[in-house]
Amino acid sequence: MAALKPDNHGLRLAVRYAVLVLIAAIFIFPLVFMVMSSLKPDFQLLSDTSSLRAFLPVGDISLNNYTAAFARAPVGLFVFNSVLVTGLTVLLSLFVCSLAAFSFVFMNWRGRDVVLTIIIATFIIPFETIAIPLLLIVSQLPWIGLDGFQIGWLNSYQVQIIPWIADGLTVFLFVQFFRDLPKDLIEASRVEGASWWQIYRKVVLPLSGPVIATAAILKFLVMYNQYLWPLIVVQQEAYRPVMVGLGYFFQLNPAWGEIMAYLTLITVPVLAFYLVLQRAFIASIASTGVKG
Amino acid sequence: MTTIKRLTTNGIALAALLAASTNLAQAQTELTLWYHGAGNEVEETIINRIVSDFNASQGDWDVVLEAFPQGSYNDSVVAAALAGNLPDILDVDGPVMPNWAWSGYMQPLAIDESLIENFLPGTKGIWDGQLYSIGLWDAAVALYARQSTLDALGLRTPTLDNPWTGEEFMAALEAAKASGDYEYALDLGMAWTGEWYPYAFSPFLQSFGGDLVDRSTYQTADGALNSDEAIAFGEWWQSLFDNDLVPGTSQDPADRDTGFINGSYAFAWNGNWAAVAHLEAVDDLVFLPAPDFGNGSVIGAASWQFGVSATSEHPEGAAAFIEFAIQDEYLAAFSDGIGLIPSTPSAAAMTETYREGGPLNVFFGLSEAQALVRPVTPGYVVAASIFEKALADIANGADVADTLDAAVDEIDRDIERNSGYGH
Amino acid sequence: MASKLTQSNKAGWAFALPGFALIAAFIILPFFFAFGLSLTNQRLISPNPTAYVGLDNYRNLLGLAIITLEPERDEAGQVIRDADGAVQFPRVRTITRSDEFPQYRGMREWFRWQSGEDARIVIASDVVFMKALTNTLLFVMIVAPAQGGLALCLALLINQRLRGINVFRTIYFMPVVVSIVVVSLLWRFIYDGSDGLLNNMLSGLTFGLFQPVDWLGNPDTALGSIMAMSIWQGVGFHMVIWLSGLQTISPTLYEAAEIEGASKWQTFRYVTWPGLRNTAVLVLIVITMQGFALFAQIDVMTNGGPVDSTQTIVFQAVERGYGRQDISGGSTISVILFLLVLTISFIQRWLTRERT
Repeated sequence: MAALKPDNHGLRLAVRYAVLVLIAAIFIFPLVFMVMSSLKPDFQLLSDTSSLRAFLPVGDISLNNYTAAFARAPVGLFVFNSVLVTGLTVLLSLFVCSLAAFSFVFMNWRGRDVVLTIIIATFIIPFETIAIPLLLIVSQLPWIGLDGFQIGWLNSYQVQIIPWIADGLTVFLFVQFFRDLPKDLIEASRVEGASWWQIYRKVVLPLSGPVIATAAILKFLVMYNQYLWPLIVVQQEAYRPVMVGLGYFFQLNPAWGEIMAYLTLITVPVLAFYLVLQRAFIASIASTGVKG
Repeated sequence: MTTIKRLTTNGIALAALLAASTNLAQAQTELTLWYHGAGNEVEETIINRIVSDFNASQGDWDVVLEAFPQGSYNDSVVAAALAGNLPDILDVDGPVMPNWAWSGYMQPLAIDESLIENFLPGTKGIWDGQLYSIGLWDAAVALYARQSTLDALGLRTPTLDNPWTGEEFMAALEAAKASGDYEYALDLGMAWTGEWYPYAFSPFLQSFGGDLVDRSTYQTADGALNSDEAIAFGEWWQSLFDNDLVPGTSQDPADRDTGFINGSYAFAWNGNWAAVAHLEAVDDLVFLPAPDFGNGSVIGAASWQFGVSATSEHPEGAAAFIEFAIQDEYLAAFSDGIGLIPSTPSAAAMTETYREGGPLNVFFGLSEAQALVRPVTPGYVVAASIFEKALADIANGADVADTLDAAVDEIDRDIERNSGYGH
Repeated sequence: MASKLTQSNKAGWAFALPGFALIAAFIILPFFFAFGLSLTNQRLISPNPTAYVGLDNYRNLLGLAIITLEPERDEAGQVIRDADGAVQFPRVRTITRSDEFPQYRGMREWFRWQSGEDARIVIASDVVFMKALTNTLLFVMIVAPAQGGLALCLALLINQRLRGINVFRTIYFMPVVVSIVVVSLLWRFIYDGSDGLLNNMLSGLTFGLFQPVDWLGNPDTALGSIMAMSIWQGVGFHMVIWLSGLQTISPTLYEAAEIEGASKWQTFRYVTWPGLRNTAVLVLIVITMQGFALFAQIDVMTNGGPVDSTQTIVFQAVERGYGRQDISGGSTISVILFLLVLTISFIQRWLTRERT
């Protein structure tokens, strides 16, 4: 921090912070509301929503909602399933999509532009509109697992992972980023006799920290918040993810305190993931020598 | 002697071996059961008890329960059916059953007729002349009120024999509004989107003399949903919202839960499943029958029921489980647990609330006197969804006749595209 | 880059293949499946055989016509006016439900205007879909520039050297981290018509002058409320994308600008903005796509109401496919959406092309 240029203008600094804090308040208030509500009994929670008390830990504060949430649904199982599915998908997606983007930007091959156009066009298609055809497809696919050969992917982890690995948006993110990388670097490595794989692995990936972080966050959010797809391909509780699990709390009379507790709990992994990535993201900027 | 003895010993050994192998062959066959109550502790406890009692009671079948959240249960079943992955036994909402039976998701339920003789009519799922499903309970709707409210507003207490007329009902609402004591006179439960709308509000339409579809043929909604009576219903429905007598479609679900209890609403149109919680919170709670808008007082009927999927390889096992589950003991347990009407009078006598003189016994009368099942047709699911949208649009100020016409066109187009839904 | 050095067909295909194969199998194939369904009368649930119906589904969604209504006249031929002096017209249903005009059967009024004494009325086979179409376009046209612009402002604000700036960046990003379904649930409390937080806050700020608004229950405010919430929810994500773009701009350029004595605006205009070109295209395209896919907010908050004021294309696709069990109709909507967005992205590409 010592390297920072000292800003002597105290007043200007105060104004800057005031603006930052004000904006921060706008972004954080619903989340404060969520966390505070998770500590209150339903009746108080609902009456507090009309005043600033909604943001304060006042009244009858306890962790009862959390205990009740764990009693109502296998919260740990849902979070485990979601984290597992999301983590694997993100890793595979980063690899597969960056590899494809690499070939689109740095390599010259027949059919390249057509394939890239097709891939980018696919991210126009909202998932909701192809869910049923996709369901019919995966229910006929073969799989060899621990239980031997079987037809149909329903009720499994792979059905929640494999269809989501590659997508147009992630490829597009990488393509846009790679286009800004200096091409001479790649040409030079090529001249030196490096293989494409070596260039991808040793030259391009180390420079791609920011885009990897961005793509990973986006994919993580998409995967962690999956609802419609697991709903139609998973019928066993053992494979259910968090957003489907939210349904356990929407009885005819929703238990709002427990809902808030559950929402708080399932938000923690995403936040943790972002914080970890943010560090990696800043580190990668430092290592590439690009400093703000 | 030794030979004989050897033979006998061998015989015994052989017999033991045979016994062991038949035992093996008769090892319990697994049956899967899907139920909509995931996350509902009370329901899960009871259904688990039934399953374990059944599994312990015989040696042929081993029922395995898979519970689903109610909000997405139907979607899960439809998706599973499309993918060819249905369980043996599934539970189905009464009005949806014809749709699933017609599409070949379910098969007729072969249980002993004498077991269901005394069941309330709304609990029997009959389509095309055959029994497909049977319910452990029925649901009913009543007008919740406080005796003190009725007294303070000087209102006559309506009875089953002499319910409020439409005018009396509106006068009551106006009186509640004029008193200034309430945020809204009546809570219709507009926050409960989905099946609640057609279930709870189509009886008003029927009381006016209209209906969702023409029940004589089930081939059109024309003349039923856009008849003069239906338009009168629509005008009345819109007036409730225009005059601020009821909260609108943007009602917060939390207000639906607490509004009547904390006194923001004078009356509430609510189901008997909410009765137990309300009885605890409100001392002088009374359940009033539906008003009569000229064509009798009507409330909906039929709730969740059990049936056998078409793909089940062991329908006899599934039927055995259902026969086991519909014993009075379990009917009473569910009724005590979730407050719904047990399907038989003998089970009702075993309950805390529905027995003679019990606080909810009145719902038995309501169900008997006013219940009308929703149209028994595979087309109901789509018609109900169209009707729900029409109700919401009219509540929000859409032109009544145009909206009902549009709903009729859409329902008719759907019936046509399904070649008449097999009627 | 067409030099021999980089021509490598086998390796190129090998690198692209895993991604392309997965996309082909799990996105393109089901989409063609959906396209096929759009030409049939396939139902979600039905024992009836599926039949080919050609373009019927497209006609049912897109059919439009203009009819002219003459004012009602009394026996003397005078135009009848109501109490407010407005000209009285016969109802549209006298035409759309009349056997005289079978071609208009089942159509409904979308909007009308006055032409002389007559009223011209645009009737549509599917008014709800037309509204979904216009609402979605409106949503994209407002949210894309607003969200992209705000995100850039935030990125510039956060891209300064201040102690604790990481904390602010994390906070601005927080709404993105929370599922849109969760956010929509929370905002229902905020937008509540009677005692919601927003109403109470506005009322407090204006010392009680502000009259409570039923934000989601009023056709005039519902779509705007959803737009505001969507902008709020997604702006942090685009801020991060802008940031990663900002950080690829070489500091030497800024130093050069400083030496030249450029003002802040000039630095932005001539150094920062040109350096963000690829990022800008990315942000614009991503927001546009997300806008066209608008669904979860509607599903949780309004169900398309009040009176279709928040219908959107994807919500309609889902509503038809699942709610109305009309999978062919839902598929038709997705094909129309695809063609629409494809057209728009060609236009966007043309507008943002590199001018040489």
